[in-house]
Amino acid sequence: MKAEAGSTLVLNGIRAGYGDFQALFDVGLRVSPGEAVGVVGPNGAGKTTLLRVISGMVRPKAGTARFGEVDIAATPSHELPAHGIAHVPENRRLFPHLTVEENLKVGAFIPSARKRFAERAEYVFNLFPKMAQRRHQLAGTMSGGEQQMCAIGRALMCNPRILLLDEPSAGLAPLVVAQVFELVKRIREEGLTVLIVEQNVAQVLRVVDRAYVLDAGRVVAEGAAATLAADPAIRNSYLGGH
Amino acid sequence: MDPFLLEAILNGILLGGVFALPVLGCNLVFGVVDVVWLCYAELVMVGMYAVWFLHTQQGWPLMMAFAAALPVVAVLGVALHLCVVRPLLGAPPINQLLATGGVLFILQGGAMLVFGTDFRSLGVEMPPMEWGDVFISGTKLAAFCAALVGAGALWAFLKFTYIGIAIRAIARDREVMPLMGVDPRRVYLVASAVGGALAGLAACLLVVQLDVHPFIGLSFGPITFMICVMGGLGNMPGGFLAAFLMGVIVSTGGFWWNTEMSYVIAFAVFIVVIFARPQGLFSR
Repeated sequence: MKAEAGSTLVLNGIRAGYGDFQALFDVGLRVSPGEAVGVVGPNGAGKTTLLRVISGMVRPKAGTARFGEVDIAATPSHELPAHGIAHVPENRRLFPHLTVEENLKVGAFIPSARKRFAERAEYVFNLFPKMAQRRHQLAGTMSGGEQQMCAIGRALMCNPRILLLDEPSAGLAPLVVAQVFELVKRIREEGLTVLIVEQNVAQVLRVVDRAYVLDAGRVVAEGAAATLAADPAIRNSYLGGH
Repeated sequence: MDPFLLEAILNGILLGGVFALPVLGCNLVFGVVDVVWLCYAELVMVGMYAVWFLHTQQGWPLMMAFAAALPVVAVLGVALHLCVVRPLLGAPPINQLLATGGVLFILQGGAMLVFGTDFRSLGVEMPPMEWGDVFISGTKLAAFCAALVGAGALWAFLKFTYIGIAIRAIARDREVMPLMGVDPRRVYLVASAVGGALAGLAACLLVVQLDVHPFIGLSFGPITFMICVMGGLGNMPGGFLAAFLMGVIVSTGGFWWNTEMSYVIAFAVFIVVIFARPQGLFSR
């Protein structure tokens, strides 16, 4: 069973953490189909935990998380890709000893994706022509930017409805960061729903429609990207006052 | 070159082929599940008894008995995973070792109970091959070829199938796998079945060369683990190469010194290697 094309991601009153440490306090969030939404905030604000709740890697202690009809908290994490949720994790987590194509094959592990592997691979190669050239290269030997393309490509192999991106610009040179945000724009133009978590607040507010500001596990502000970018308080706290 | 030395080297390569299968099986299971099956050689022993029983007691043709041994030991591998390994996945490694070591004694004792302590022989022998002064056992050559085919099939499985690629992926990063829709528990089961099937194939190749008895595992179990560690535990190509290296060392050890001391020489080489390269000979 696949989530409807028009599935909305809705989180309400999410509390989550690791052991005794609570990372999220009553977080609510909504991503409508076709929207690109950002979650920004300082290091340790709980951004990664939030994405991990949505992909089932962290079970919330309270609150509800739904993607269309799918109750995320009640579904094993390995079943969520088949419901259209794809998560590009922090630090990419590619398989460095596998080729680009083999990485894409792991991304196409679920039965519905295996059947359409050739078609999905062509889609990814069209989106990132560089990956077609690097098809038989070991993923670990590529540059950081190329690895990010490969990680996004791997997530796209299962034909997701929503793409979760965790710090896609982390650890990349400034020029490459700009390229990665170009990629995000291109994915948006494909009509995919995107939820992106970033410390690079200035850059991310240029590619998303709306954003949530997360600080110490709480949503402290939300709104249209342009409004947030223009808000003096936000600028001072999270944009370094520029 | 001395024909006896040449013969010893060739025999060593043939022996390496047979070592290679249990080494690949152990490495596969360890690489994926992160647990060492200490009873691996005893799974091979069960496979040997299965072939012997089906062929000599039930009158099955040898090839059919071989074909049956593979799934029998594969199922045993799955059972071992479900009953012993899975409940201990979060436990300290020493507990996992003790548990699979306990299975070793259960299988030995079980074999003794069912088949007694007699040495059971299949009584199959193929005519030796002969090139000039060099004689090579036809049985060993056939076993070697079958081992290479088995290793090749394993390589193709890991290289070209979705589950095979997932097996190679999970050996590197298990937490990230669910994000790709992969249930690690399922991959563990498949790896355990394949690891068992490899023990079954090794059993077919050994039972034509050695008599089977309940303690037969002790004659190749220790060297199997030694080769695994020498090649780098979990490193499949490393283990494969180390199997041939060890085969030649064991076989030529008899030539240089005497046959009784050949395993002593092998262990001495192992100890030196472990001091020089604790991460394994072929690790990158």
